[in-house]
Amino acid sequence: MSENTLAPSQLDQRDASWYVDKLVQILMFVGGISAIIFIIGIFVFITKEGLGFLFEGFSFTEFFGSINWRPTSANPTYGALALIVGTASVTGVAMLVAIPFSLGAAVYISEFATGRTKETLKVLVELLAAIPSVVWGFIGMSIMNEFIIEVFDVPIGLNVLNAGIILGLMAAPIMTTIAEDALKAVPDRYREAAEAMGATRWQIIRQVIMPAAKNGLVSAVLLGVGRGFGETMAVLMASGHAINIPTSPFDSVRALTATIAAELGETAQGSEHYGALFALGILLFIITFIINLAADLVVRGIRKK
Amino acid sequence: MTPSNTETGLDEMRTDGDPHIAVRTDKLNFWYGDFQALFDVDFDVKAGIVTSLIGPSGCGKSTLLRCVNRINERIGNVRTEGKVEVLGHDIYAPEVDLTQVRSQVGMVFQRPNPLPISIRKNILFAHGLHTQGKTSKSDEEAIVESALREVLLWDDVKDRLDRVATDLSLEQQQKLCIARLLPVKPAVLLMDEPCSALDPKATTAVEELIWNLRGDYTILIVTHNMAQARRASDECAFMLLGKMVEHRRTEDLFLTPGSQQTADYIEGRYG
Repeated sequence: MSENTLAPSQLDQRDASWYVDKLVQILMFVGGISAIIFIIGIFVFITKEGLGFLFEGFSFTEFFGSINWRPTSANPTYGALALIVGTASVTGVAMLVAIPFSLGAAVYISEFATGRTKETLKVLVELLAAIPSVVWGFIGMSIMNEFIIEVFDVPIGLNVLNAGIILGLMAAPIMTTIAEDALKAVPDRYREAAEAMGATRWQIIRQVIMPAAKNGLVSAVLLGVGRGFGETMAVLMASGHAINIPTSPFDSVRALTATIAAELGETAQGSEHYGALFALGILLFIITFIINLAADLVVRGIRKK
Repeated sequence: MTPSNTETGLDEMRTDGDPHIAVRTDKLNFWYGDFQALFDVDFDVKAGIVTSLIGPSGCGKSTLLRCVNRINERIGNVRTEGKVEVLGHDIYAPEVDLTQVRSQVGMVFQRPNPLPISIRKNILFAHGLHTQGKTSKSDEEAIVESALREVLLWDDVKDRLDRVATDLSLEQQQKLCIARLLPVKPAVLLMDEPCSALDPKATTAVEELIWNLRGDYTILIVTHNMAQARRASDECAFMLLGKMVEHRRTEDLFLTPGSQQTADYIEGRYG
């Protein structure tokens, strides 16, 4: 017993491993809070840059009500409506493409595939998520463009349909991964119970697993939407980049993100145009923040139950 | 009827003559991959009584139970040889429809596993799977009520049928898991240690419920708990290392075991 007790003086000793432990603790802490610091930092920065515009040149009705984005005209107007509708329409088409693909893939990987097939598919899906967006944009500009012109007999192939399909294919892998996680989290005893009552594979998926994984699936879709709003390069390349309220999927549009990317380099820092682009940035930031927050709250909802 | 009526219950069965057989296995062999879990098991389960399966862990009693509704096959890489008949039908015949088998043979699991949907939908789940066309609302209500009454759960839950079933207590969940099998009128109920996740009070309640269901259903119950086998079954089968050692009236098996292995097990020398 006495061998195990330490003399008071020994308690104060700090050896190398104590310092290593402390150092690692501090490093981990800094790593942990850095994400928060960066987010706040970015928000403060874009707000600061956009603020001047918001107080001076900004008109709420013009920004959200006008389709005239003419920053370089002699009498500049900053109507973002067409850009907002452009982004929303491309994202909408993207979700029409991505939801069936990603949910189908997730159900197949989680409920049907086994062993090597399953592992291979998961790796491939993750690989797909790692393709740079400029490569997708390139595919949209070259292959999809000609394909759409030929198949639908339209003059321009760079349009809502093109950008939507490209964006849908881009968003599908990450949505698949999240949806598959949600399906995998459904306890096996539910499947077993349903199977023992005579349910078929499809009945189990439809009536037991999908409802049980509902929240995770919804959040997968929401994150896909968030991705759609935020994607820049591929949309810039595939959408046609024309300011326009689309009336059909074959109309060219321009996205919020693409506008910032294309114009920011050519504006004088601190100018009204510069400020207006940052106002677009604030809008994007708020939209994606709300979508991600919603996705997060939906996932939390399932845990609370 | 309560468990103390074992003897009279059994005597009645006896005077009725040889009751027909609900489940019969014939030279049943079963493998998980290369591991053989059952060896030439011949086993007859009489209709309308409670038969318990006892034996040490890994003796194959759960495996045998899971052969009777073929739920064993869901894990893949298993092989079955021999015959399992339910009400005279070979359920391993190639033309057999598994959905059909599972409406005849219901199963209750070790851990209560109600589906994460409402109590009402849990009761109607199996019914929906095995019924063509729509059932009227009033018929559905009647099905839910009678199933819940049969497991003595109606008074507890009648005001919250639309609440999610996984919020119930474990005892209520397990009763619900029994109740949801009844609307499709199975002939056989398989129970894989149905009380092992429950506290003693809940165990008694579920045991009594099982006892009350005998007669209407043939019940085959796997248990680790020898006291439970003794007080709540008419017949008892002892298994060891994948083989059927003996199968007799419960009292006989416990009072005058036919083999030394059975005697050693029920006296607690291993297991």
